[in-house]
Amino acid sequence: MVRFLAGRALALVITLLAATLVVFLVLNVVPGDPAAYMMGLGGDPAALAELRRELGLDLPVWQRYFAWAGGLAMGDFGVSYTYRVPVGDLILERMRVTLPLTLMAMALSTALAIPLALFAAGRRGRAADAAVSGLAQVGLAIPNFWLAILLVFVFSTTLKLFSAGGFPGWEAGVWPALKALVLPAVALALPQAAVLTRVARGALIETMGEDYIRTARAKGLSERRALRDHALRNAMIPVLTILGLQFTFLLAGGIIIENVFYLPGLGRLVFQAIAQRDLVVVQGVVIVLVFAAVLVTLAVDAAYALADPRVGKGRR
Amino acid sequence: MKRSSASLAIGLAFTALILAAAGLSLVWTPYDAELILVEQRLMPPSAAHWFGTDQMGRDVLSMILGGARNSIAVALVAAGIGLGAGVPLGLFAAAQGGIVDEIVMRSNDLIFAFPALLLAILITAIAGPGAINAIVAIGIFNIPVFARLARGGALALWPRDFVRAARVAGKGRLRISLEHILPNIASVLIVQGTIQFSLGVLAEAGLSYVGLGAQPPAPSWGRMLAESQTYFALAPWLALAPGLAIVTTVLGLNMLGDGLRDLLDPRIRRERAI
Amino acid sequence: MTLLAIDRLSLAIGGKLILRSVSLTVAPGEILGLVGESGSGKSMTLNAIMRLGPPGTRTEGAIRFEGADLLAGPERAMESVRGRKIGMVFQEPMTALNPVQTIGRQVAECFRLHLGFGAREALAEAAERLRRAGLPPEIVPLDRYPHQLSGGQRQRVVVAIAAALGPKLILADEPTTALDATARGGIIDLLAGLARREGAGLVFVTHDLASIAGIADRIAFMKDGEVVEEGSAPSIFRSLRHPYAQSLLAASALPPIAPDEAAGGTEPIVEAVDVSVVYGGGVRAVDGVSLTLMSGESLAIVGESGSGKSTLARSVLGLEPLAAGTVRIAGTDIHRASGGALRAARAAIQAVFQDPYGSLNPRHRIERIVAEPLHLLGRIASAERRARIARALADVGLPPDGARRYPHEFSGGQRQRIAIARALISEPKVIVLDEAVSALDVTTRAQIVALLRELSRRRGLAYLFITHDLDAARAVANRVVVMRRGRVVEEGRTAAVLAQPHDPYTKELIAAAPDLETVLAAREAEARTR
Repeated sequence: MVRFLAGRALALVITLLAATLVVFLVLNVVPGDPAAYMMGLGGDPAALAELRRELGLDLPVWQRYFAWAGGLAMGDFGVSYTYRVPVGDLILERMRVTLPLTLMAMALSTALAIPLALFAAGRRGRAADAAVSGLAQVGLAIPNFWLAILLVFVFSTTLKLFSAGGFPGWEAGVWPALKALVLPAVALALPQAAVLTRVARGALIETMGEDYIRTARAKGLSERRALRDHALRNAMIPVLTILGLQFTFLLAGGIIIENVFYLPGLGRLVFQAIAQRDLVVVQGVVIVLVFAAVLVTLAVDAAYALADPRVGKGRR
Repeated sequence: MKRSSASLAIGLAFTALILAAAGLSLVWTPYDAELILVEQRLMPPSAAHWFGTDQMGRDVLSMILGGARNSIAVALVAAGIGLGAGVPLGLFAAAQGGIVDEIVMRSNDLIFAFPALLLAILITAIAGPGAINAIVAIGIFNIPVFARLARGGALALWPRDFVRAARVAGKGRLRISLEHILPNIASVLIVQGTIQFSLGVLAEAGLSYVGLGAQPPAPSWGRMLAESQTYFALAPWLALAPGLAIVTTVLGLNMLGDGLRDLLDPRIRRERAI
Repeated sequence: MTLLAIDRLSLAIGGKLILRSVSLTVAPGEILGLVGESGSGKSMTLNAIMRLGPPGTRTEGAIRFEGADLLAGPERAMESVRGRKIGMVFQEPMTALNPVQTIGRQVAECFRLHLGFGAREALAEAAERLRRAGLPPEIVPLDRYPHQLSGGQRQRVVVAIAAALGPKLILADEPTTALDATARGGIIDLLAGLARREGAGLVFVTHDLASIAGIADRIAFMKDGEVVEEGSAPSIFRSLRHPYAQSLLAASALPPIAPDEAAGGTEPIVEAVDVSVVYGGGVRAVDGVSLTLMSGESLAIVGESGSGKSTLARSVLGLEPLAAGTVRIAGTDIHRASGGALRAARAAIQAVFQDPYGSLNPRHRIERIVAEPLHLLGRIASAERRARIARALADVGLPPDGARRYPHEFSGGQRQRIAIARALISEPKVIVLDEAVSALDVTTRAQIVALLRELSRRRGLAYLFITHDLDAARAVANRVVVMRRGRVVEEGRTAAVLAQPHDPYTKELIAAAPDLETVLAAREAEARTR
């Protein structure tokens, strides 16, 4: 298993290196002159020259790449052009909103989806199953930002239970901060829960058709108990894949939701940075998100190896 | 069996409705979707304006019809890019194996490692907002989805005896991919096509919600939603109409996909990217 | 006193009648052999006893177990019978065990579920049960996962689960079919022991008469959901009355090939020299094998799974890259030739594969499937093409109107005929038959073997016949090569090698797969001496 994970980690490191190259090329080479792009139209030539020096554009492309990648390895993301502070600090600051939001949404979506999937799979073909499947089908079709608008209308404009947006900061106390994240987390979680319910239900039903479930039933296990004791762990494998994908999706998918709720998270940071053409910030955030995606993939692989003794032992 | 045919029927009906709306908007809408009549702004639904009017007095129904055209066009072409580029890549990777396969799959992993929405925003931000760039941004992410699916299906078929028989008959790998592999994975690809189509509709709505999709005055559902937010308390229909349009489209396509899957092959396992 | 009495059981799934008024009895300690071909309803009878049929199953009649009707009680009552009073063994040991649980835990679950044992206690009982099933924990620890065990070992775990709580009745559904010959005997002995020593009733479902003839007290033949003949074994085999039972008996022993038939000409068709195939991880699937096949000759390659015989077949066909050695087909090196020479070599060697359901592209019409190798012969006018398709179909005994149909419209045996027609159309000199009769029912197998022999006689066709079935090897091939772990351990005339093997492995193989006549003779001799 250790060898399997080491192999996967190596592949992911290569992916990460390739990703830095792609990000660098897209943001530093495609726009032509990054400094001119960042200044926008009508930039003062003296300021442009100053920015060029600041960005090190007088150096050849490959030297700039290595300087940047080397900096990344040391945790140096550069200095934001608009905020004039280190990008690393900026990202850390914004992570304090985005990470809790993502985790809340994940927890909510999983807590909703897995019991629903078990419930439906245990009653497959019956009315209860059809209801859950239908609900999931509709949930899948709802854009999270529309759900966010509806939630704001119902719970803040009409019922006045939550504020319509903004974030008081953790300094204002844990409860007010968490409360500000509830609606955004629900808006993010519900469509994801629909996806997860469908995948988990499908995996459970497929697993229930396996021969070893028949062996378990022949042992005297009831259908529900066979579902719980034998099917669930086997069905977790596709579910883990989806969970991993959802984490990275939510981390970045906050972009729109954070804008709906005016939350000072990573998504809003990168969106504003794009609007302000602050490529240094954009570059930093993209790399952080790719790094998170790669880490999550590795975590999912490790979870596979734990869930399934066959993984990484030569046989499929 | 019964449920899957119901799914197919509802899916077909919804999809046909949206396609008809998009088609109709090419030749006729109740009003000019871009016509601004400030004195008629924020009118609730009525016989004259079924879905009411917006803050600039435009007819919402006409904008919904026009938005359907935009949504469908972007998502369909993006799914086409994914199919057109991803399927040959996947088939090729499976047929060649070895280093070629490794390179194709690692490139796929690379694209997957990027948060899709963020990169789409990035692409439209650098290349400029607009429908064409939205298509490219969404289409790029469809490529690895189809490449993986085609490769997976092909790898499962290559050791099958009918493929071996074709090799014994002296057929080359390319020819086998076209004659034997592709027809046998076509149904999976069609089903995934409807899913990527529906995901494309959602992605396009997201991009135009943040102002990076089709540019005004062309109507788009996402931008209608963005603009409706300010007036929600005053004119809730402004947020309901485009939202329901998106839900109908996505729901219809997903149900069509489900129904098709059961119809074409009950044993197909579906890969669903989020 | 009867343990199990099935009384006029009829069963339908979704309106389709699967069992028609089946009546059977089993006494304690008795072994009932339930025999029939695929679709005869024998497995469904077992599922009905356990009440584990697919959804939509409707039953009529009664299944009385220790006097009470199993079909009448609530599901909860049935759950306390399953695993405790009735144990079940399945066909496919590869999939019958949960891949993510240790074998100890899976056996222990019986004790935890029915007797409320704690984890430690249950595991101790599991160890004892596995030991009795031939898997002592010193050799196969309880914390092994199923994928770490061989097929035969897994089947022993399944038997240990079925026998864990000393059930009164054991249901075994083709328990040896998926196993290698050398693993079969052990499982049969184990199951027979449960009946003989522990007094359990045993219902043993199989399509293979030889596997049951040695142990069964009674045999019931099933066809199309009905019991057509039933009686005491072994005497029933000498007095079968129902034509279906007679045909099953006749088909289960194939007539051996005559010594002068398919003996081979003077021209070598296949020459394999020092062939080695190495898989990833350095596994030598085929390790320095040489063999020569003469024109018109029929050569069998026998061995168990993992012996490398199928890999060798694929490398002879040019489908598997060689690590070393050469393969010449009619003088052409099939791995290095190109262009016209390669096409000519490919036209000279064709193949028929094992699975009649997997070897035909389901989306193509028969005419397209059969004509596939024709492109090796260059441009052919469409009239000539149609004539050739019709001739190939006629050669294998299929009507010409079959050409326009699709594979799913044909039975397994007919599909194998289609596959043979495809192999014939380029007029090859040799056909590689890779387990080509292994997936067929016995009566179909006998028909296909007869067809193969006729084609070889009429056309002077050579065969490279890959099989694990010694009986089929004896019927088709004049010469035999025995393979083990990628190497040839013995070769010679089929009749001679199978009658007087020299290699210990060959001896083991032959002993593990006795033909029906040998089994019956042994049993009758035993009865006389008693």
